Amino acid sequence: MLTFILKRLGLALLVAFTVSFISFSLLFLSGDPAAALAGETASGEDVEALRRLYGFDRPMLVQYGEWLFSALRGDFGESYYFKLPVASLIADRLQITMTLGVCGIVFALVTAVPLGVVAAIRPNSLIDRVALFLSVAGQAMPSFWFGLILIVVFAIQLGWLPPSGAASWKHFIMPTIVLGYYAMPAIMRLTRAGMLDVLNSDFIRTARAKGAGETRVLFKHALRNAIIPVVSLAAVQMGFMLGGSIVVESVFALHGAGYLAWESIARNDLPTVQALILVFSMFYIVFTFIADVLNAWLDPRMRSA
Amino acid sequence: MSETLLSVKNLTLDIPTGSGTLHAVRGIDFDVRRGETLSIVGESGSGKSLTSLAVMGLLGKTIKRSADEIRFADIDLLKARKRVMRDLRGNRIAMIFQEPMTSLNPAYTIGDQLTEALLLHRKVSRAAALARAVELLEKVGITAAASRLSQYPHQLSGGLRQRVMIAMALMCEPDLLIADEPTTALDVTIQAQILRLLVDLTTEMNMAMILITHDLGVVARVADKVAVMYAGELVETGPATEVFAAPSHPYTRGLLRCIPQPGKTARGAALGTIAGIVPSLVGEVTGCAFRTRCAHAIPACRDPIPQRGDASHAFRCVFADGALSEEGKVA
Ligand SMILES: Nc1ncnc2c1ncn2[C@@H]1O[C@H](COP(=O)(O)OP(=O)(O)O)[C@@H](O)[C@H]1O
Ligand SMILES: [Mg+2]
Repeated sequence: MLTFILKRLGLALLVAFTVSFISFSLLFLSGDPAAALAGETASGEDVEALRRLYGFDRPMLVQYGEWLFSALRGDFGESYYFKLPVASLIADRLQITMTLGVCGIVFALVTAVPLGVVAAIRPNSLIDRVALFLSVAGQAMPSFWFGLILIVVFAIQLGWLPPSGAASWKHFIMPTIVLGYYAMPAIMRLTRAGMLDVLNSDFIRTARAKGAGETRVLFKHALRNAIIPVVSLAAVQMGFMLGGSIVVESVFALHGAGYLAWESIARNDLPTVQALILVFSMFYIVFTFIADVLNAWLDPRMRSA
Repeated sequence: MSETLLSVKNLTLDIPTGSGTLHAVRGIDFDVRRGETLSIVGESGSGKSLTSLAVMGLLGKTIKRSADEIRFADIDLLKARKRVMRDLRGNRIAMIFQEPMTSLNPAYTIGDQLTEALLLHRKVSRAAALARAVELLEKVGITAAASRLSQYPHQLSGGLRQRVMIAMALMCEPDLLIADEPTTALDVTIQAQILRLLVDLTTEMNMAMILITHDLGVVARVADKVAVMYAGELVETGPATEVFAAPSHPYTRGLLRCIPQPGKTARGAALGTIAGIVPSLVGEVTGCAFRTRCAHAIPACRDPIPQRGDASHAFRCVFADGALSEEGKVA
C-alpha cells in the first residue's frame, strides 16, 4: 500500500510539473502578452517598453523557470488589473469556491448514492423512475436556469433564502443545490449500474449462503464494490465543480475563484489567469490522487497496479 | 438407520420467461439422512443448481417454488420466515459453489470472509473465530494458514480459493453441506484432491452432504445414495451400489456407458455419449422427457409415467424393467 501511494505521488508530481509548463506556455500561444497588456491604442514603443519591463523579451524557458520558482514560494506576481498580489487575491476568492465545491459534492453524493442504491434494489420501481427522471432533468436543465428558478421561488416568492451574496451559510444553500445537482445524474447512474452488476455476482450469493442479512449484503458486500468507480467519478466531478462553478458563482453573485477567472480572462489579467489555471489543475491532480488512494483502499486488486 | 435430516417432496420450480413458463424442476422427491452423502447427477441444465438453491431459499425473486414438503431436521422450510432461514444458512446448512474464482468477495481478506459466518451465528470473539479459521485452513490442506488470513482472493489460485470456500462452509460445523459441482472449474489433478478432501471431512465431522456433479465416476467412489436428474426430473434414485450394479432407467444406463471403466474400457476406445438434445421445458411438459433420446421410446412414453421400484430404489419408466429386456433386441 505504501509503495502504491509513493508511486502515485510521484506520478502526480510529474503531471503537476507538466501541467504547470503547459499552463504557462498556453498564454504565450494566445498572443503577444505585452501588446495585450498595453492595450489597442498603445504605440509600438510603449509595447516594447512594457515587454522589457515585464521581461517578456527573455527566452521562454527562463521566464518559466522564474515564474515556477516564485510560484513554488507562493508568489504569483501582481495582478495587472487589481494591482494586488495574485496569491492573496486567489486565496481570498478560493475560500468561497472551495466551500461551494465541497458542499456541492457532498450534497451530490449524499443524495445520488442512496438514490442509486435504492434504484438498483428495486429496478423499475417508482423510486427508480423518479431517480431516472431527476437525472434526465438534471442533465437537460442548464445550471443558470435552475439557479434562477430557485431564486425566483425561494428568495423572491417565499423569501426563505437570500438571493445572492456570500455573507452567511444561508447564502450557500441554493448554490450548493445547483452545483450538486449538476453532478448528481452521473453519480446516480454509476451507482445504480454498479450495484445492479455487483448484486448479480457470485460472491453476493456466497454472502447470502452464509446467512448474512439483507442490509449486510447490500452495504458491506455490494456497495463496497460498487462504489469504487463512483469514487473516481466524484473526484473528477469535484475538479469540474471548482473550475466550472463560474456559472453558479455568477448567478448567485458569489465572488469566488470561478468568477475571478472570468473577470481576469475578460481583462487580460495574465498573472491571475496563469495562477488560476495552475491552482485549478493542482486541485484536479490532488483529487485524482486522493481518489486513487481511496480506490486502492477499497479494492485490494488495485494496490499492486 | 439414522434420522432423516432433509426431506424434499414434490419440489417444483417454474421460471416465467418471455416465451412462456420454464418448468425447470418438476415434482422431485429426495431425502438425506444424517451423515449420509447423496449425489445428484445429471447433465448441465438439468436443474441441479436450482434444486440446491431452492433448499437454501436462495432462488431469485422471479423463480416460483412450490412443494409438498421441504423439511430440514424439524424445521418446515416452506413456512420458515426469512429470519429462520438466515439462522440456518451458513450455520446448519452450508453451501459450496461451482465458481471458486468469483465466489469470494474481492474487497475483503480471506480472514474476514472465513470468520463472517461464525461471527454471525455464534457468540465468539474475533480472535477465537480467527483461530478456528486457521484450524480449518490447515484442515483443508492450505500451507502457511495463518499468513493466508490477511491475503485477498486475487492472490490465490483457483484450487486454493475452492479450499477456502470449503473451509468457509465448515466454520459452523453444518449438519448439511451442499456442494454444487465443487470441482468442475478446477484442473483435473486438483479435482481429485478436493473431492477426497470433501469426503474425508464429511466423514470426520459426521456431516451429511449433497454432492452435485455431472461426473458419475466421482459418484461411484463417494456417494451413499444417487439421484439421477434429467431435464428437471429425478429419473432414478437409489443406493449408489445398487444403481451402479443394476441401473434401471435407460438414461442412467446411458450415463454409465459414458464413464471409462478401469480394466474394462480399452485404452483409446471411444467413450459413449447419449445422442440427441434435451427437450425444451418451456410450456406444458408431459410424459417422459427422455423419450426424444431414448432408443426404446414407444408412444406410451408421452403419457404420465408410473413410478417403479421400491421406496429405496425407484425409477420412472413406462417399461416395468426400465426397458432392460429391450436392450438386447435393439443391439
Ligand atoms: N434465473 C434463471 N432464469 C431463467 N432460467 C434459469 C435461471 N436459472 C436457471 N435457469 C434455467 O433452468 C435450467 C436449470 O438450470 P440449473 O439448475 O442451473 O442446471 P444445472 O445446475 O443442472 O446445470 C436451465 O435450463 C437454466 O437455463
Ligand atoms: Mg449448475
